[in-house]
Amino acid sequence: MSENFKVEIITPDQLILRTETSEVTIPSYEGQMGILKDHIPLITFLRPGLIKIKNEKEIKYYVEEGTVEFSNNILLILTSTAKDYENLKKSSLNDLIEKEEKKLKDINLTDKEKYILSYKIDTLKEVN
Amino acid sequence: MPSLDDLKKRIKSVKSTQKITKAMKMVAAAKLRKAQESAEKGRPYSLKMQNIILNLTNSINDPQNAPKLLVGTGEDKKYLCVVLTADRGLCGGFNSNICKLAKTNFKKILNEGKNLKIITVGSKGLDQIKRDYGKYVIKNFSFKEKKQISFNEASIVGNEIISLFDKKEFDKCILFYNNFKNVITQIPQAQQIIPAENKKSNDKNENHQSYEFEPDEDEILEELLPKNISTQVFRALLENAASEQGSRMTAMDNATRNAGDLVDKLTINYNRSRQASITKELIEIISGAESL
Repeated sequence: MSENFKVEIITPDQLILRTETSEVTIPSYEGQMGILKDHIPLITFLRPGLIKIKNEKEIKYYVEEGTVEFSNNILLILTSTAKDYENLKKSSLNDLIEKEEKKLKDINLTDKEKYILSYKIDTLKEVN
Repeated sequence: MPSLDDLKKRIKSVKSTQKITKAMKMVAAAKLRKAQESAEKGRPYSLKMQNIILNLTNSINDPQNAPKLLVGTGEDKKYLCVVLTADRGLCGGFNSNICKLAKTNFKKILNEGKNLKIITVGSKGLDQIKRDYGKYVIKNFSFKEKKQISFNEASIVGNEIISLFDKKEFDKCILFYNNFKNVITQIPQAQQIIPAENKKSNDKNENHQSYEFEPDEDEILEELLPKNISTQVFRALLENAASEQGSRMTAMDNATRNAGDLVDKLTINYNRSRQASITKELIEIISGAESL
C-alpha cells in the first residue's frame, strides 16, 4: 500500500495543483497541522502561512486564507490567494508587509481584525 | 422596380455589413475560447465549495440555530432577484432569454402578492427590465470597463447581497443567468442562493461522514456561507461571459450567412434588370430601324 494521498489546490480562477503526496503541512486555524494518509475527515480554515507539500521535492505555497476539506484520502484546499513560494519575490513580500502594517494603523479596526492583521505580518516576516 | 444604381448601392451596403458581422464573429470566437476556459476552470471551485457546505449542513445537529444564510429567515415574503446580463448587444437572444425567464418569475412573485426587489448586473438587462419593472430595481452593477471578470467583481455583488440580507431586506435570493452548455446552446437559469438549496441532501446521506471541525460547525458555516454567495455569483458571471460570446458567435455567423444570401439575391436581381434594360434598348433600336 502506498502512503500517498491526493491533494488539490483550487482557486476561483483555476486548478493550481493536483498531485499525490505523502504529507502536507497546512497553516490551519488552530496552528500548523500535518496531514498524512487516512486522516479522519476534516474541515477547517487556513490562516496566512505556507502550505508545504512533500514530494520528491517539497513544494510550498503562500496562502492568506482558505478552506480545507479532507475526506476519502483527498485533500481539498480552496483558497483565493495561493501563490507559488518559489516565484514569490522577496521584494513583493516586503511590499505586502508594508501594506499590511499601514492597514494596522487604521484606528477603526476591531480587535479581531487587528489580531488577524498582526498575525499576518508576523507570518510574512517569518516567511521572508 | 428599383433602378440599377439603387441595386448597386444596396449590394454594396449589404456587403459592408457582412464584413462587420464577419469580423465580430471572429472576435467573438477568439474571446469565446478564453471565456470558456475560465468558466470551465472556475467550475471545480464552486462545486467543491457547495459540496463542503452540503457536508456541513448534513452534520448540523440543531437546525434552529443554524446561520440564517443557510436556512433562510423562515419567511417567504420578500424576494431579491439578481439578473445577470451582458453589457453589449448584438448577441442574439442572449439578453432577451435571461430577461424573459426573469420576467416570468417576477410576474409569478408579484401575483402571489410578494415583495420584489431587483438587482441587475450588466446594462442590457437593466434596459429591458426598466420598462416594466423599473420601480423594483434597487441597484445596478456594470463591469463594462473590465476585460476579464475576476473574483473581485463577484465579491462586490456578493457583499451587496449579504449586506441587504443582514438588513433583512429580503428572505429569498434568486440568481438569473445563462448556463454555458456549448457554443450553440445556452440555458437561461434561475438559481436560488439564499437559503441554500440542497436538493442532493437526500441521496448524499448514505455516504455521509462525520467530520472533525476546527473550529466548530457554526463558526465555519458563518465564514463559509458569505464566501459561497460570492463564489456562486462569480460562477454565474463566468458562465454568462462564456455564453455571451458563444451566443454572439452564432448570431454573427447567422448574420453573415444571411447577408451572403441577400447579396446573391440582389445580384441576380441586378443582373436581370441590367439584361432587361439592354433588351429594351435593342427592341427600341430595331423597331426604330424597321419603321424607316
